[in-house]
Formats: sequence, structure tokens, C-alpha cells
Amino acid sequence: MAGDEGVYRRLLEEIGRSARAMARAAFARARLGDADVEDAVQETLLAIHLKRHTWDPGQRLGPWVNAILRHKIIDAMRRRGARRLEPIEDFQDFLAAPAEEDPHAISDARKLMEALAPRQRDIVSAISLEGQSIATTAQRLGMTEVAVRVALHRALKALGAAWRRSVA
Amino acid sequence: MKTSDLIAALAADPVPEPIRLGRRLAVSLALGLLGALVLYALFVRPRPDFMAALGTIRFNLKFVDAAALALPAVLLLARLARPDAKAGMLVFWLFAPLALLGVAVAVELAVVPQVEWLPRLVGRNWMFCSTMIPMMAAPILAALIFALSAGAPQHPALTGALAGAAAAGLAAFLYASHCPDDSPLFVATWYPLATLVCAAAGAWAGRRFLSW
Repeated sequence: MAGDEGVYRRLLEEIGRSARAMARAAFARARLGDADVEDAVQETLLAIHLKRHTWDPGQRLGPWVNAILRHKIIDAMRRRGARRLEPIEDFQDFLAAPAEEDPHAISDARKLMEALAPRQRDIVSAISLEGQSIATTAQRLGMTEVAVRVALHRALKALGAAWRRSVA
Repeated sequence: MKTSDLIAALAADPVPEPIRLGRRLAVSLALGLLGALVLYALFVRPRPDFMAALGTIRFNLKFVDAAALALPAVLLLARLARPDAKAGMLVFWLFAPLALLGVAVAVELAVVPQVEWLPRLVGRNWMFCSTMIPMMAAPILAALIFALSAGAPQHPALTGALAGAAAAGLAAFLYASHCPDDSPLFVATWYPLATLVCAAAGAWAGRRFLSW
């Protein structure tokens, strides 16, 4: 996993696809609806990234990825299950809920980005939303490339922490 | 944020994390033990007849028991720090100290007259024992929790409880050299009590600090 950016990106995309399929199936079984599936996928990917040093290169990658997927998706379901089931009055509401658009997903994402410092938010959105490279971002912000990398890394860690707090 | 955007950000962040779990655990353990040793030197110290006691079975058994708990617990922790951990046969070794204590108690009951049972169980030092073992375990537990927080244990509370038990085992190993009570009846009562206290504290800390 310490290899180049392109390989790592493809690996994350593949893991994201597995996570989505797994989360969708698990959410459906638990009758949670699809609304929060993408949130669970993103939480899982962030966990993979922030905990990648817990993979022992002497072991196979598959079981490690699977263990994290299972852990994060079950975690996400447990928390959303509790949040979602609480205000439900009767069975009709329960059936209707999954079809609607999920208001939590939007507010969650906004809240999370707000947890970042302005400079961090700038860097994350430049690289993720606008698809700029580290070099261009560094140039635009008048930072060294290393500083941008470090700032990005901190921002992602902060995002992970904010995520845990927001759903705790 | 869309998932593809998140992936782009993650892929642009290839800062290699130089955390080596095994090494971090070993270094933390050494620091925690140092903390426990400082407390030992300040408040506990070896008993006056330490050298003479070394020759007796009951005294030495206390060290064997403590080590029998600490060793498999620490080895198991090193595994459980990873999400894809398999506990394996090591789990069964956690029962070794209990089995050892069980046998020792049975022998003690057989060789000691009944009137002696209760005085030996209560001993002279039970209050100090059940206070000092958790006290000396505290820095070790804190260091272990810190090291494990870099990991990703599947069961944070359980892993924390095991860290508490490991810390208690190591603290008991130190404490045993001070305690004037050597009877297995005493050891089988108060040492496990102290271990339970530490495991409970560890479970709390695990839930609080090892969730990810």
C-alpha cells in the first residue's frame, strides 16, 4: 500500500465498491434504507486510510480489508439503527422512511467540513473537489509540497475524528 | 462530499505512517513498567526477609502465577491490536494462572489445619495488596492503552480489559516481593480481586480510547 498514488487510488476505489455492496446488503437486511449507505462507505474508506499501518505486510491484504469493512459497517448500522429507530411511531413510518431523501447525509457532510480549519478545508476541497494536484495546490497557496501533504494528512485525521464525534 | 472526491483526497495523502505497532507496544510497556517501578521504590519495596523467602515454594509460586497471567496477556494484546487478529490458542493460556491457583489452593487446604484457613486467607496485608496492585498497574495500563490506540482492535472494551489484566499481572509480579502473605488462600483471593479492578478500568479505557 506504500506504492504510488495511482495504485493506491485504484485500490481505494475497489474497496469502496466492496464496501458499498456490503453496506447496501447489510442496511437492507436491517431495513435501514439506502440513505446512509454512502456515509458508511466513506467512513470505512477513511478508516482504511487512517489505520493502514495496522496491516502487517507479512499477511494477506484481503482478510485485513474485510475485517475493517465488517467492523465499520456494523458500527455504522448500530449507530444509525439507534438514531433512526428512536423517533419512529409506527410501522407505516418505518416503511416510508427509506424511500425519502436523507437529510442527515447532507448536514453531516457540511458539519464535518466545518470541523476543519479554513486552510485545511481549502486544501481538501482543492484536491478532492477540484481535482488539483499537490504541486498546483502548493503553488496557489504559497506553500511547499511537503507542507501541503502534511496539512492534507492532518485534515483527513481531523475529518476522521469529527466523524466519530458526530455519530457518537 | 462525494465518495470519489474523498478517494482523491486519500490517494493524494500517501504520507507513509512510520508507526510500527509491535515496537510501539514494546516501548510503551517499558515506560509503563518504569512508572510502576518508581511507585514500587517509593511505597512498596521488598520485604525484609526477601532472600530467605526465595527458598520457599509458596513465595515463589506468587511470581510464577503473576508471570503466567502477564505473559499470555501481553502476547495476546500484540495480536489484538490488528483488526484481522486471530486469538488462536493463546486464549487458553489465560486460564493457566487460574488452574495453577486452583491446584495450589487445593494443596494448601489439604496440608493446613482448618483453623488456619481463615487467618491465612485474610492475611495481614489484604488492604495494601488490593490497593497497591491497581496503583502500580495504572501506569502500565495507561501506556498499553496509548500504544493500542494506534491499532485497530475489533473489540475495544475486551482488548482494554485484557490490557488491564496484563498490567495487573505485571504489577502483581512486583508486589509479590513485598507481600508478607504467601498462602495460596491469600493469593487466590486478593490478587484476582485486584486484577478484576484493573480489568474493569481497562474495559472502560478501551471503550473510551480504543474505538475507531
